[in-house]
Amino acid sequence: MAWLMAIFQTLLFIGLAPLLAGWIKRVKCRLQNRKAPSLFQPYRDLRKLYRKRPIVPHPASWIFRAAPYIVFASTVLAAATVPLVAIHLPTARVADVIVLVGFFALGRTFLVLAGMDIGTTFGGMGSSREMTISSLAEPAMLMAVFTLAMSAHTTNLSQAVNFVLDSGLVLRPSFVFAMGGLILVAIAETGRIPVDNPATHLELTMIHEAMILEYSGRWLALIEWASQIKLMLYGVLIANIFFPWGIAETFTLNALGMGLGMIVLKLAVLAVMLALSEVLFAKMRIFRVQEYLSFAYLLSVLGMLSHIILEAAR
Amino acid sequence: MALFLAGISVLAALLSGLAALAAGPNGPLRQGMPGWMEKPLFRILRENGRPAPGRFSRLARTIPFLLLGVSGGFSVAAGIIALLGGTTRTATLPLGLPWLNWHLALDPLAGFFFCVLGIPLIAASLFGPDYVREFECGKHTLSVLGLFTGLFVAGMELVLLADDAFLFMIAWELMSVASYFLVAYQHENAANRRAAFLYLLMAEIGAIAIILAFGVLAAFGGGLIFEELRNASPNPAWSSIAFVLALAGFGMKAGLVPLHTWLPEAHPAAPSHISALMSGVMLKIAVYGFIRFAFDLLSSVLWQWGVVVLLIGSASAVLGILYALQQQNLKRLLAYSSVENVGIIFTALGLALIFQSSGQSQLGTLGLVAALLHALNHALFKSLLFLGAGAILHQTHEQSLENMGGLIHRVPKLAALFLVGTLSIAALPPFNGFVSEWLFFQTALQAGSIQSGILRSLIPTASAVLALTSALAATCFVKVYGVAFLGLSRSRHIARARDVHHPGMLAGLALLAICCVLFGVLPTPLINALGALTQSLTGFVLPNISALGWLWLTPVAPEVAAYSPALVLLGTVAVGWLCYYLLYRRTGLEPRRAEPWDCGFGGLTARTQYTSGAFSMPIRRIFEPVFDTRETIEEQTEGPANTRVTKLRYQFQVLDRAWLVLYEPSGRAVTRLARWVGRLQTGNIRTYLGYSFFTLIVLLWVVS
Repeated sequence: MAWLMAIFQTLLFIGLAPLLAGWIKRVKCRLQNRKAPSLFQPYRDLRKLYRKRPIVPHPASWIFRAAPYIVFASTVLAAATVPLVAIHLPTARVADVIVLVGFFALGRTFLVLAGMDIGTTFGGMGSSREMTISSLAEPAMLMAVFTLAMSAHTTNLSQAVNFVLDSGLVLRPSFVFAMGGLILVAIAETGRIPVDNPATHLELTMIHEAMILEYSGRWLALIEWASQIKLMLYGVLIANIFFPWGIAETFTLNALGMGLGMIVLKLAVLAVMLALSEVLFAKMRIFRVQEYLSFAYLLSVLGMLSHIILEAAR
Repeated sequence: MALFLAGISVLAALLSGLAALAAGPNGPLRQGMPGWMEKPLFRILRENGRPAPGRFSRLARTIPFLLLGVSGGFSVAAGIIALLGGTTRTATLPLGLPWLNWHLALDPLAGFFFCVLGIPLIAASLFGPDYVREFECGKHTLSVLGLFTGLFVAGMELVLLADDAFLFMIAWELMSVASYFLVAYQHENAANRRAAFLYLLMAEIGAIAIILAFGVLAAFGGGLIFEELRNASPNPAWSSIAFVLALAGFGMKAGLVPLHTWLPEAHPAAPSHISALMSGVMLKIAVYGFIRFAFDLLSSVLWQWGVVVLLIGSASAVLGILYALQQQNLKRLLAYSSVENVGIIFTALGLALIFQSSGQSQLGTLGLVAALLHALNHALFKSLLFLGAGAILHQTHEQSLENMGGLIHRVPKLAALFLVGTLSIAALPPFNGFVSEWLFFQTALQAGSIQSGILRSLIPTASAVLALTSALAATCFVKVYGVAFLGLSRSRHIARARDVHHPGMLAGLALLAICCVLFGVLPTPLINALGALTQSLTGFVLPNISALGWLWLTPVAPEVAAYSPALVLLGTVAVGWLCYYLLYRRTGLEPRRAEPWDCGFGGLTARTQYTSGAFSMPIRRIFEPVFDTRETIEEQTEGPANTRVTKLRYQFQVLDRAWLVLYEPSGRAVTRLARWVGRLQTGNIRTYLGYSFFTLIVLLWVVS
């Protein structure tokens, strides 16, 4: 039963991710006084790509063909470990929050390898930048989740959420810092403004798009879908770790419905905030990104230290 | 039984050295063969009755490696028996000093390191016979290589077996000196001679530090046997001195910053199967020495030691990987990455020391297990990568990443095996590198249970550094794989490289790759097997490690953290296959081949690709203060007002700051001191007679 629930939740996760992307796009269009596409446009795009014949560039090897599947699989597994609607699911035991970071790293590694597989300048450029940014973002993310883990005495996400729920509404300085760090990392890792621009295909400004420039057809669909899931994953992490209220603690229909409603609401609010920040800020120069990320790292480390100094003192 | 097997493995290693010597061009097998064995051997050694002067026949080349493989096999067997048996076997050999015979012992700790030694040794002995063929036509005979390889391996095995400081040092020196000759094997190259000299110098300084460390303990314990050293109870000041000496000595061998400079010089100089053994195994022997000294011989532990080890370990980890990222020579890069991994091992050991000194032996045990596991994992994947680099070298005679590219099309099997090593060292789930880093983080997260506030905040900071290190390691090895194996070939000989057809080479690599995956997917039985070891060192076992079953790894308790690599692998494969089935099988749309997008200009060549230096440029720029970068652009211009550039030459070099800060000044100081002392030696006979006269007077004055 619990395993079925976990699989159902993962499927829900995968299914809802394009909707979130559509919603962000819609809000952004409204804020920029443009006419918005339908909320279901991302699904249509995926269906269109699915039906197209993919193209393999000449120098590509099997890594290029295998990478989309690995990227998608690792993202789906990451999604399976994060509590979306309910906690106490068995998948949280298979992989904890450090493994979650590892899943992201696995997917990214194959994406980067695929970018280098074609032997074009774009691929190499995107790969180099992606690895640079992620090698600064990953420690910041780990520090943020460590703050949580040290407070909750567990790295199991389900248990951690349970801990926050149990301890009620307390303002922890460490969590404020950690949330700040995690939000900055989330923006960098999902390739949003001000680090990367998902809407651009201008050669010198793109990072994620440069790596996947050669992908087409079903492979592109998988990668796009995976990045939508990843965006939602970060959203769910921020929403459910720092504001877990409403998540289902039992598997009754009422609780689950409530959990679903609450997470949709939280994600919608987060998406509006993301869209707002994307409209208000401009993209940074690539060599400013390290300052941005070291700020995120600093915030996370401050969160950790304030936990140790202020909260864990006996 | 276990000790007997270990003894056989030492003997086999020695025999392999002797066999190589005997089969050499001046050896008895070639010159004066005993009459009774002349006929049959003659036929085998000289292929088809045709004498091949100066060349090893296939059999003579294989026998030393066969014996090495036997030695490796017996090592693993002895190691497993000792590890699972959990008892200590001792023996005394009638060798050594008249009042101190050689004491041998095989306890679970030594047993574990016998396994760490054995697996890469088997792989290297499978890899070796085909690899050394290219040296046959070289200037130096293979018998030298074989002899010192045998002595080197025997030395390492004896270090593990030693139960008194005297034998320990003899074995340690055997290991150091034999490996010096291996580094200096291709000594026609001036860089190799320099590397070998530097290595010998630092190895000997380290050995002096270790001797002094043993000496301190021996003075208090009243003897050199380890049992007597264990019973020594020096006061904290003296035990701290002993600890610092041991850390310096073993750290120098292990390659801790700032004592690491010999490592990136010596490892690329040696033949690749030797580099694999040096980097994969010899550094672990140094780790063994440190664990033996700090956890076993020293009776009490101070938290300050843990802090020192933690800091040095973290510094080594992050500096090692930053320097590794900037290397263009593949083997040099791997050597710097060894500095990083040794740093991680020592960071975990530092954690273990801190926890143990503050009374949390249970957590100290966890840290120790993380360190041991990482030592094993590093031995596996680093040997795999070094042997892989050797295979590339064998097929293409190329070491520089800047000239590689597209090798996945030329050497597909090697590319697949190398990928396993890359993913393991980049610490990605579900491979083995991830397990040990995960355990490290789990240990560090328990820092809240320590009383001292400073330590409580120090440990998370160290884990922050380690998080940065592991992310940079992923970047580094993605770069290696992407630049060497993917894309277009950057030079003609790479484009013409032939596939590896030697089954032995591939078997050696495959053995290590399988171990990487196996220990990554099923780490729990392995950690369970370490129970006897931790019981004997810290007095604790990890009781909850398989609380959820053998598929799960639960280092502290099931509700604190759990990880099931096997299920992760299963899930990844299942989801990936499902997508493949749904997307490819159901639509049946075959992909079409086409040219990559070239912005409409046409003619994408290998020169437009990102190079290794370009890939790591952002990191170089971000961490600029760490490096000493020398960049030069030479321009040749001509034409009116020198406007036309005819030749452009760009060079960049990244130097190790440790050289500039520590080594060059101390080198200059030694030279200055020598010159100053040299003034005594005027070369004039009257002055020397004067010295003798005054010495005599002083002596008479002292005596009277």
